Amino acid sequence: MWRIRLFEERVAQLKRTLQVHGLIHLSIGGEGVAAAVCRQLRDDDSVYSGHRAHGHAIAKGAPLDRVMAELMGRESGLCHGLGGSMHLVDSEHGFMGATGVVGGNLPLALGTALTQHLEGTDQVTVVFFGDGAVQAGHFNESINLAALWKLPVIFVCENNGMAEFTSRDEHSTIERVSDVVAPYGFERTTVEGSNVPAVYEAFAAFLEAARAGQGPMLLECVTYRRRGHYEGDAEKYRDPLAEQAWAERDPLAQLQRRSLNDGWIDESSATAIEQDAAAEIEEAVRFGRDSPFPDPDSLATLVYAAT
Amino acid sequence: MTTEIETTFVQAINATLGRAMREDERVIVLGEDVAEGGPYLATAGLADEFGRERVRNTPISEGAVCGVAVGAAQSGLRPVIEIMFIDFITLALDQLVNQAAKAHFMSGGQLSVPLVLRTQGGSGQRNGAQHSQSLEAWLTHVPGLKVVMPSCAADAAGLLKSAISDPNPVAFVENKSLYFRRETVPDPPEPVPIGRARTLREGRHATIVAMSRLVVDALEAAERLAADGIEAEVIDPRTLVPLDLDTLAESVKRTGRAVVAHEAVTAGGFGAELAAQLQAAAFDYLEAPIQRVGAPYTPIPVSPPLEDAYRPGPPEIEAAVRVALEWGEYDAEPWDQGAIAPRRTTR
Repeated sequence: MWRIRLFEERVAQLKRTLQVHGLIHLSIGGEGVAAAVCRQLRDDDSVYSGHRAHGHAIAKGAPLDRVMAELMGRESGLCHGLGGSMHLVDSEHGFMGATGVVGGNLPLALGTALTQHLEGTDQVTVVFFGDGAVQAGHFNESINLAALWKLPVIFVCENNGMAEFTSRDEHSTIERVSDVVAPYGFERTTVEGSNVPAVYEAFAAFLEAARAGQGPMLLECVTYRRRGHYEGDAEKYRDPLAEQAWAERDPLAQLQRRSLNDGWIDESSATAIEQDAAAEIEEAVRFGRDSPFPDPDSLATLVYAAT
Repeated sequence: MTTEIETTFVQAINATLGRAMREDERVIVLGEDVAEGGPYLATAGLADEFGRERVRNTPISEGAVCGVAVGAAQSGLRPVIEIMFIDFITLALDQLVNQAAKAHFMSGGQLSVPLVLRTQGGSGQRNGAQHSQSLEAWLTHVPGLKVVMPSCAADAAGLLKSAISDPNPVAFVENKSLYFRRETVPDPPEPVPIGRARTLREGRHATIVAMSRLVVDALEAAERLAADGIEAEVIDPRTLVPLDLDTLAESVKRTGRAVVAHEAVTAGGFGAELAAQLQAAAFDYLEAPIQRVGAPYTPIPVSPPLEDAYRPGPPEIEAAVRVALEWGEYDAEPWDQGAIAPRRTTR
C-alpha cells in the first residue's frame, strides 16, 4: 500500500511539471482494496481495471519502474509508451488491462473467465470498476451473462460515491451496488473499503468459492476518493475533507494503526516499509528519466500482430 | 484430391466453421441463436457436433458478447462471433473499436486479439432501414481491424479460414443476397489469403472495382458492355483492410478508367477511399474521373418499388462505365456512338 500511495503522490508531483503525460486518475484513499484483493491472487489469475488503474497494476505485480516509465511515455514502459496511464497492461503478471472507457472492461473480464471455465482451470478473473460504471449498459449485460454462464469472475466495485464530478445520488436511485445485482442471485456483499482486513476477509471467501466453480460474485468496497477525478480537476463539486476525517477514512493510516496496536509489526519495520517504498519510487523515477522516448519511426509497427 | 461440389455461400461458411472447430479446439462460436443455427442457418448443426459450451447462444447483448470475445481472444481462445445484422454492430462498436482494434497496440504487443466478427448486411429483402445497411466503411476507418468482404462461396470459405487463423481482429462482412446462390466450388476449399484482390474478368477499356454483391452485378454489367465492344475488367478487392492496391492500380493504369462500386451509401463509402487511393497511385494514367456507384443518401425504404430504386445494380455500373468512356479516346470496335450515347447519370 505504501508503494501505491507514494507512487501516486509522486505521479501527482510529476504531472504538475508535465513529466508524466495525459489524463492521470489517482486512487489515493482506495489503495486498500487493490492491496487486499491482488495480494491473494496468483500470477495466472487475471485482473482487469479501469481508468484509475495504477494501484491495481502495482498490486498485481507490475514493476514500479516500468509503470513509471510508461506514464512518462518511455520506450522502457510496460507498453513501450503506447498505452499510458489509462491503458496499462502487464500480461506476465496477469494484469490483462486497464481501459479508459468506463464499463468497457467488464465484458473483457468475462471473456477471460470464459476461457478459464472452458479450459477447466481453477484460475479466476477479477475486474475492478467504480460505481460510475454501474449505470453503463455493459454492466447490466455483463452481470447477466456472468450469472447465466456461472463464470469464475469476481466483480470488485470501488464505490467512492462519485462518478467523475457528480455524486452517486445524481446518477442512480440505488445507493448500494450490491443491491443492483440482487435479482441475479449470486453472492454479493458490501464492506468498508478503508478497512483493509475486512476487504481481505470478504475477498478471501469469494476467491475460494470462485476457484471451486461457484462464481460469479460481487464485492462492493465503499471507498473515499482523496483526489479529484483527474489531476488538475478543480473539484468545485465538493468540500475538502477535514484532516481528522481523512485520517479516519485513510486505509493506510488505519492499517498502520491497527498493525502497531495489534503487534503485527513494530515501529521500526513500519518505518522501513515506508522508506523502502520511497526509495523504490525514486529509483523508478530515475529509471523513467534515464529511458529514451520511443523512436517515432516505430509508430506503425504494432498496429497489427504479425501473421 | 480436389474435386468440385455444388454449394451456397452460407453452406460454405457453415462448413468452414465446422472444419475450423474440428481442427482447433480453441475455436468457439458465440452469438444470438447460433446454437439454433441462426436466421440464415450459417451455424446450423454446429451445436450438435461441438456442444453448447463451444457453440454458445448469447442474450441480445451485442456489446457484452463482443467484449467477451475480445477477452477470450486475448486469453487464448479463437472466438468467432456473429452479429446477426450489421445494423446491430452499433451496439458492439465500443468493444470492437476501443478494445479489439487497439489491444495489441496499446499493450505494446503483449496482447493480441484473434477474433472473427461475422456479420451480414445488404438490402433487397424489404427489411427496412435497420436490417439492410452496408456499414463496412465505418470499420475500415479504425486502425487495428481487418475488414474482409467476400463475394462468392469459394472466397468466403478461403477467407474465413484465413480470418480464424489471423492473430488480429477481423470483421467478416457477408451479404444476405449472396447467401443462397448455387455455386460450384473446389472441395476441399482453397486457401485465400487476406489482402489479395481477384480479377474476375479481364478487359482493356475500364476497370470496375466492385465489392460484395456488386461483384455479381459488375460481371453482368460487363457482359452487357461487351455486347457493345466495351471490354471492362472486373476486380474484387475481397479485403478492404489490408487493401491490395497494387493489383487495382496496375489494372487502372492499363485501362485508364475506373469505376468503384458497392452497395453502401456512396457518400463516405469505401469507394471514396478507393477512388482517392487509385487517383494517387495512377493519376498520370487516368483518362477520366473515377466514377462511384453506390446507394443514394437516404435510409433504406421497405416499399418494393422504393427499395428497388434505392439498390445499386448492373444498370448503374454499366452507366458509370459509359460515363467514364466519355473522356478521351478509346478504341472500342464496334462502337456506335449514335446508337448508344452514354448518359451522365452519376454526376
